[in-house]
Amino acid sequence: MTTETKPKGWLGRLRAGLSRSAQSLTGGITGLFTKRRLDDEALEELEELLIAADLGAPTAAKVTAALAKSRYDKEVTPEEIKGFVADEIEKTLAPVAQPLVADPARKPFVVLVVGVNGTGKTTTIGKLARHFRDAGKSVMLAAGDTFRAAAIEQLQVWGERTGAPVIARDTGADAAGLVYDALTQARKEGRDVLLIDTAGRLHNKADLMAELTKVVRVIHKIDDEAPHATLLVLDATTGQNAHRQVEIFREIAGVTGLVVTKLDGTARGGVVVSLAERFGLPIHAVGVGETAEDLRPFEARAFARNLTGLDAEG
Amino acid sequence: MFETLSGRLGDVFDRLRKRGSLSEADVTAALREVRVALLEADVALPVVKSFVDKVRNRAVGSEVLRSVTPGQMVVKIVHDQLVEMLGAEASDLDLEVVPPAVIMLVGLQGSGKTTTTAKIGRRLAKRDKKKVMLASLDVQRPAAQEQLAVLGEQAEVNTLPIVKGETPATIAKRAMQAARFGGYDVVLLDTAGRLHIDEALMSELVEVRDISKPAETLLVADSLTGQDAVNIAQQFNDRIGLSGIVLTRVDGDGRGGAALSMRAVTGCPIKLVGVGERLDALEGFHPDRIASRILGMGDVVSLVEKAAESIEQEEAEKLARKMQKGGFDLDDFASQIRQMRKLGGMGGLMGMLPGVGKMKKQLAGANVDDSILVKTEAIISSMTPTERRNAKVIHASRKRRIAAGSGTTVQDVNRVLKQYKDLSVMMKKVNKMGQKGLMRHGLQGLMPR
Ligand SMILES: Nc1nc2c(ncn2[C@@H]2O[C@H](COP(=O)(O)OP(=O)(O)OP(=O)(O)O)[C@@H](O)[C@H]2O)c(=O)[nH]1
Ligand SMILES: Nc1nc2c(ncn2[C@@H]2O[C@H](COP(=O)(O)OP(=O)(O)OP(=O)(O)O)[C@@H](O)[C@H]2O)c(=O)[nH]1
Ligand SMILES: [Mg+2]
Ligand SMILES: [Mg+2]
Repeated sequence: MTTETKPKGWLGRLRAGLSRSAQSLTGGITGLFTKRRLDDEALEELEELLIAADLGAPTAAKVTAALAKSRYDKEVTPEEIKGFVADEIEKTLAPVAQPLVADPARKPFVVLVVGVNGTGKTTTIGKLARHFRDAGKSVMLAAGDTFRAAAIEQLQVWGERTGAPVIARDTGADAAGLVYDALTQARKEGRDVLLIDTAGRLHNKADLMAELTKVVRVIHKIDDEAPHATLLVLDATTGQNAHRQVEIFREIAGVTGLVVTKLDGTARGGVVVSLAERFGLPIHAVGVGETAEDLRPFEARAFARNLTGLDAEG
Repeated sequence: MFETLSGRLGDVFDRLRKRGSLSEADVTAALREVRVALLEADVALPVVKSFVDKVRNRAVGSEVLRSVTPGQMVVKIVHDQLVEMLGAEASDLDLEVVPPAVIMLVGLQGSGKTTTTAKIGRRLAKRDKKKVMLASLDVQRPAAQEQLAVLGEQAEVNTLPIVKGETPATIAKRAMQAARFGGYDVVLLDTAGRLHIDEALMSELVEVRDISKPAETLLVADSLTGQDAVNIAQQFNDRIGLSGIVLTRVDGDGRGGAALSMRAVTGCPIKLVGVGERLDALEGFHPDRIASRILGMGDVVSLVEKAAESIEQEEAEKLARKMQKGGFDLDDFASQIRQMRKLGGMGGLMGMLPGVGKMKKQLAGANVDDSILVKTEAIISSMTPTERRNAKVIHASRKRRIAAGSGTTVQDVNRVLKQYKDLSVMMKKVNKMGQKGLMRHGLQGLMPR
């Protein structure tokens, strides 16, 4: 990790993004607890602050209760509180921090990328293509979004940028058919990884979700173990609705892991904590920008400590 | 949107309404639940706090707690505050400038700017018969300009020809020139998605704004946004000055907190909402209706307002005292009926009550209409004062006289007497529930079973 030498390097950008994310929560905690007795009022305020970091009410209550159990009525410093909250959050996140590993025994290792509109699916595919290529794998992309205007062209640009061929049909073509073509082609060419883009869809739209099931079925037909990974791309600015997204996409498309994008903004991404608690789905990576390099592994400790305003590596 | 919030608040308010009287502690407890409900609906913390404070100030210490229907009054205060927060009136795009009027769309990555640009363009061209041009200033995202070009075709409006390698400022200048030259009424400028904390890209927007002098600067924001909504809206507003907000993906099942937060921190109206990916999926925003929907209570607000106007509080209190003493007579019955009619009769009343859908059907089946109220009133007014005070004296011959006097039949008179009797029984039950609940149950008691 060469954060010191390159300010926009490996963890630097993540940390820059995350510490911005943490600002209001941290400010809140500091303001709240400067030399203060941990009483009911203080706990209630802390609970609110956690909710305001998108952690969700049940998780906020749990963290607060844990704190109350060990420190109630004691004099506490902001640092203590931050450390405690970070540790609690880290405990929840540690088990889900799992990188996406492409099993070399699968040829191709099929990754289906799904999610609601505009979360960053296509961009994440571009980033993953770069990541796998850098790991020496041969990658192919499938332009499964045959609906949105210029979605295919967008993926083609990512193909050019990362040197990955893109299998595409015209806009309006059947997505499942295109996916069939792509998987057949990838097998024929002996590709290591096939990344399949899909159109953004709201999880509450039954017809669009049914389309997705069809895509999964077609993949199954060719390789009954594929897709080997189905990634739900979540926008970090999303609030509690993320729960519904995970719930339904998991049920209908068999989501196996998450990627959280746009963590370079001020969104705190706190919903990830309650998602981990509830679903236990692996969080493979986070997006911290719009270029191919802006993908990072998800790290529980760094995320938790940054969320509460502590140094990522402490 | 708003369903979850509506459900949560609905529960809180049901409990409030059920109580005959409210103490300050009751209100505080209810407001704590309101606060959590709002937070869980993704309304941002600072907005929630100021909201709850305002409601508390108005609810406690005013006449509310002593009023006939304190629960309803608190609900109404919450409603009014919601409307205030959302903006009282629907506001449309304001393009009353020397043409070409410029609409600049800004926002975070992926919020729906390009799609919304085409939607608005289509609407102005189709509905308002304007000559519209779309221009993409997005030199950032792959194929962004192509995306707008395709959408422009679908919307059947012109797009500024793409010239590769231009900066956003150059494109803006070219768009303005082309629009003036071509006699366009409206130019829509789609911009690249950007983070509100990205200083370089925010100054780029300022530059574009100064070149194009937009009539409308719209922040396009995702209705699924969480607590960060306030930061986003505030910073875009501080940096470039917004004239309105467009909320997208309202067709999702988001909790809608972003709508409340963004409006509250910027003071900018929500002008339009996106309700789908298709280009016709764009609607106006009606804060008042939304507020009622959030509270999931039919139009209780108008009911309370009407009741406040038409039921004289004194009369209601007099009635309440009488009922408690068990002295509810036919005069009081008549006065209840008069009040019901003032409230718009059965039909009007039913329409305003929450959760009344299925009851409405039963009522239609029972053939209840306002003419019965009119008849009932006529029958009672044909009684002598003695009869009205003491219904027991009304025997067969008196019934015939009353029927003749009111132009009704003896059966009608019997029906009224039965209703009165049922109602008196009901009143005794109501008294157990507490005096303050009386008006409501009194009215319900009039409903035939
Ligand atoms: N700042 C930031 N922007 C991102 C990130 N990931 C994606 N974006 C931007 O978000 C916008 C939407 O990204 P896309 O990849 O097109 O999203 P999508 O999910 O494929 O969208 P649809 O296919 O329309 O549903 C683009 O402007 C991306 O550049 C990220 O991690 N950080
Ligand atoms: N369901 C739904 N989808 C929408 C709505 N508005 C936009 N979208 C979708 O959201 C995704 C992103 O929309 P864009 O218009 O590309 O967003 P953008 O803000 O221009 O994105 P960038 O230019 O990358 O910042 C697309 O898949 C759109 O079809 C809406 O109101 N409802
Ligand atoms: Mg896409
Ligand atoms: Mg765009």
